[in-house]
Formats: sequence, structure tokens, C-alpha cells
Amino acid sequence: MPETNKRATFLTLGVLAFLAILPPVALALDRPYMVTLANRMLVYALAAVALDLVMGYGRMVSFGHAAFLGLGAYTVGILHHHDVMMTPFLFGWAGSNEALLAWPLAMLVAAGYALLVGAISLRTGGVYFIMITLAFAQMVFFFFVSLIAYGGRDGLVMFSRNSVAGTDILGSRVVLYYVCLGCLVAVLAFLVMVVRSRFGRIIEGCRQNEQRMRALGYKPFVYKLTAFVLSGALAGLAGALLANHSEFVSPDFLSWESSGLLMVMVLLGGLSTLVGPIYGALTLFALEEVLVAYTPHWQLVLGPVLILAVLFFKGGLYGWMTGKRTG
Amino acid sequence: MLFFIEQLLNGFQLGVTLLLMASGLTLIFGIMHLINLAHGSLFMIGAFVGATVMAYTGSFLLALAGGVAASGLVGMALEYTVLRRLYYREHLDQVLATFGMILFFNELVQIVWGRRPLGVDTPSWLSFTVEILPGVAYPAHRLAVIAVGLLVIVGLFFLIMRTRVGMWIRAGASIREMIGALGVNINLLYTLVFGLGACLAGLAGVMASPLMSVQAGMGENILILTFVVIVIGGIGSLRGAVVGAVLVGVADTLGRVYFPALFRLWADPATADAAGASLASMTIYLVMAVVLAVRPQGLFRAHA
Repeated sequence: MPETNKRATFLTLGVLAFLAILPPVALALDRPYMVTLANRMLVYALAAVALDLVMGYGRMVSFGHAAFLGLGAYTVGILHHHDVMMTPFLFGWAGSNEALLAWPLAMLVAAGYALLVGAISLRTGGVYFIMITLAFAQMVFFFFVSLIAYGGRDGLVMFSRNSVAGTDILGSRVVLYYVCLGCLVAVLAFLVMVVRSRFGRIIEGCRQNEQRMRALGYKPFVYKLTAFVLSGALAGLAGALLANHSEFVSPDFLSWESSGLLMVMVLLGGLSTLVGPIYGALTLFALEEVLVAYTPHWQLVLGPVLILAVLFFKGGLYGWMTGKRTG
Repeated sequence: MLFFIEQLLNGFQLGVTLLLMASGLTLIFGIMHLINLAHGSLFMIGAFVGATVMAYTGSFLLALAGGVAASGLVGMALEYTVLRRLYYREHLDQVLATFGMILFFNELVQIVWGRRPLGVDTPSWLSFTVEILPGVAYPAHRLAVIAVGLLVIVGLFFLIMRTRVGMWIRAGASIREMIGALGVNINLLYTLVFGLGACLAGLAGVMASPLMSVQAGMGENILILTFVVIVIGGIGSLRGAVVGAVLVGVADTLGRVYFPALFRLWADPATADAAGASLASMTIYLVMAVVLAVRPQGLFRAHA
């Protein structure tokens, strides 16, 4: 359960307030690139929060969440591509650049693939699950790499951001930022509700003792699959936002490294806290920004930091800041 | 038909490389219950050190020795400093710590050896072809990879099934406290087993280096294929690893050769090659999906 103590709530509100005032402050300081950086962070934070639902609460260690992110991004990118090129996409439909249509579709596509992967991989558990999710993500990666019609290895450039109800308000970087922040807050609130609901309790029960849940008459598979699909769909939403943020879609979005980094965000921030992954994403992007200023080989530092965090920093940033050890 | 046999052998050769990787991973997982993503990094270290020794001395045998020793030593150092602290932790922790190692080593080899892929020449005493069947000439180096790999695997079976050390290893896999109570230095045993697995990864790396470009990230491509092998074969089962490795090696190689040709039957060449290539790179994952749909625990389920 997310900690309900005052300090935690206070911290969370503080971080969200910081994120809310960031664009005007950054613009006033004449550092617009800060908004871009923070926006990327928001998108990955959203995917990491979604991952925490399965990884933290269900202990389904998915090493393939970047695939759902990438599928969402590609859905938006491909629909946009056909719309701009005015070429038929499917059954004579020429794609669309409308966010209200493309974003739900992105979630649907990601959810569909999550259903497929989950149905196959959830019949096993533990290490198997890690390897299978990784392998299926890699399959999607290779699929898009070899899809020459949509740029293959080089990715697909978007000529503009999505329109919203016909208007091009997302053309403004700041508006996009607040849309992403809004999505993040909404998803966070929704997932907090989910893990506190009966459904969330059952998921957590399955983590603690699946045998016992089965004895109580629940079907763990169905609940876990539902959580996995939900998480996949939300990662797909993050992908749709990422496509708009980058105005570019690339197979790199679904590489195994991105899947790994999403897991890193969750762990650094605090497993099974939902808020923690936001801290994790913030820290990781800040760390990258600082280290890259000194060396292009910043991962040489990140690797050992990660190892030390695993060994000595259980509970992550969230646990450390609230004085509670979770996970 | 002759072409088919040649491709089949290429598939076997990839399969043997995967088998060396998979047996190391299986050994480490089966005994220490550790999932080691850095196994691909050990493969890469073997290939890089091997390539360097080869460049300086021109001797492939020295390269082999150097690469295997380097991987083994790095592996044991990792086990001694970090990994032994993770044996009793969740798989999630193991995954993240070894993921950190991957990031570290990929960056490290780029600093030491640069970003440009290294090429390794086939050793001159193996650069001839063998006529394995009338009309089928096959490179001796690739045959040597198959032969050495199979020998090593047979040796590994012998070590584990027929020797005293192997008995300790198997006992340690069943009940680790018991073997410790019987006076075996379990920490030392684990370090040695890890080193053995690392040496196998290094061996695979050096032997495969003339056939692939030696560059940062090469380990992970092999690692993920190895995971597919293990998932198909059944985790913790050496027999499964053998079957899985051959299946994946052959399916991947034949898929790359034949899918484009197959699609050319009813599509124009450009579309056929694109569609064929896309299906080819997905072949082994589709095989994995089918196997899992039928047998969720893989083909050979380990008793443990």
C-alpha cells in the first residue's frame, strides 16, 4: 500500500507542485530546454508508475515494458504518417492525427499485446517471467526494425504533434508539458485507487501467497493478467505522449535497455509505492544530465550506482525520505 | 539441397555458441539460484580480450586462452565482490544489479577499445574448407567451433555427473546447507562454479569472434537468444539447453535464409525481402511462443 503518513503525502504534494511550477520558472530563467527535459522525465515516470503496479504489487518482474511504450508510440506515429502522407492505412482508412482517437488506440494496441504476452508468460513465474517478457519485447523491437515502410532502424519522423479535437494546442511545448503532467497525476491517482481496492488487495495477496489465494477461491491468473494488461495500456499511453514529445518514433524506444531503465526508475524510487517511480525517474534523468556534462560515458557511473543501490538502498528514495522501508 | 546442409551446419554452429552460454547460465541458476544478466558481458569480455591477444600475437590458441582466462577472472571477481551477496535476494534485485554490470562493461569496453567494431581474422591454420559431403565445402573454422563446443559440453556433463567436484555441485544445488555442514567450503565452491560458467561464456565469445563483429552490446544479443534457448528447453535442465540451443540456432539461421525466398513466391522481390527479413528476425520468438503455449515449463522440466 502507498504509505499514508503525513510526511509522505507532504513530500508527494511538494514534488507535484515543483513539477507544476517548473515551466514558468524555467522560461523565466531562460532555460526552455529544462521543460523539454522535464517533459521526457514525466513520460517515463508515467510508464514507470505503470510498471510498479505489476512489479511492485504483483511481483511480476516485467523486463519488457518498453515494448508497450514503443507500441503506443508507433501507433501514434503510424496513424500520423498515413494522415500526413494521405496514404491508406487499413481498409481504406487514411490514419488520423487526432489525439482523442490515436491515444486511446495506442492504449488499446499496447493492451492487446500485453494480453497476448501476459496470457503466455503468466502461466509461469519467477525467472521464466523475466526472460519471456524480455524475449517478447525483443520480438517487437525486431519487428519495427525490419518494418522498412515505417523507417526501420532509423525510426519515423512526425511532422507535427497530434491535434486535440481539431485544434493544434499541443503545438505549444508548455501545453504538452501540462497535458503530460495531468496524465501522470491522473494515472497516479487512479492506480492508488486501484491498489487500495479489493482488486489491489487480491493482487497483493497473490504476491504474498498464491496458493492461499487459490484456496480462498480466487483465480490468481485472471487477476494478474488484468493487472498486467492495465499496466501495459498505461505504458502505451506513455508511449503516445512520448511520440508527441519527441515528434519522432524509433525502435530505440522498445530496446531492452529502456525496459531495464524503467525497472531502474522503479527500484531507485521505491518499489510498491507508486509515487516512488516518479522520484526514480526524476533522479535518473537528473543524474544523466549532471554526469553527461562531465563525461559521455555516464553509464560507467550509473552501473555501479545501481549495484550499490540494490545492495544497500532497499526501499529506494521514497523509503529513505519517508523513513519507511517498503518493497 | 547442398545449400540447405550448409545452412543447417551454420545453424548448428550458432546453436553450439548458444549452448556454451546456456550451460553456463543454467549451471549458475541451477546451483546458486542467481539470474545473471552480466553473462552476456562475460561473453563480450572474452571476445574483446581474445581479439586483442590475437592482434598482438597472431595466435588463435593464445587468444582462446587469454579470452577464457579474462572472462573467468572477471566472473569470479564479480561473484566475490557483489553477486554472492545476492544469492538469497529476490530475482528482481539480481536482475537490476547485473543490469548495472551490463551498463558498466558496455561503457568500459567503449572506453578501452573504442566505438568501432573490431574484426577478427579466422586463424590461418583453420582457413580452409572441408568437403563434408561430395560437393559441400564447409569452412574448417566453423566446423572447429562445433567440435570444440560439443567436446566442452561433453566434458561438462562428465565433470558434473562423474566426478567428486560434480557431486558436490549437484549436492549444493539440492540442499546448500547440508553440503556446507558436510565440510565442503561452499563459498569457494560457488565462486569456482561461477568462474566455470564465466569461462564457458568467454570460450563462446572468443570462438564466435571471427564470425561476428566484436563491439559493445554484442553480449546482450547473444544473452537474449540464450534466454530463449533456456525458456524453450526448460530452466535448470542441461538436456533442455542442448535441445533448445540446436532448435534456436537452426530455426534462426534457416529463417533468415528461407523466409525471404518463400515470400518471393507470391510477392515482388522488394516486398518479399522486407517481409521475409521481418519474419526471420521474429522466427525464434514465434517458436518460443508456440513451445510455451503447449508446454509452459519448457520442453524438459528440471526436477529441481
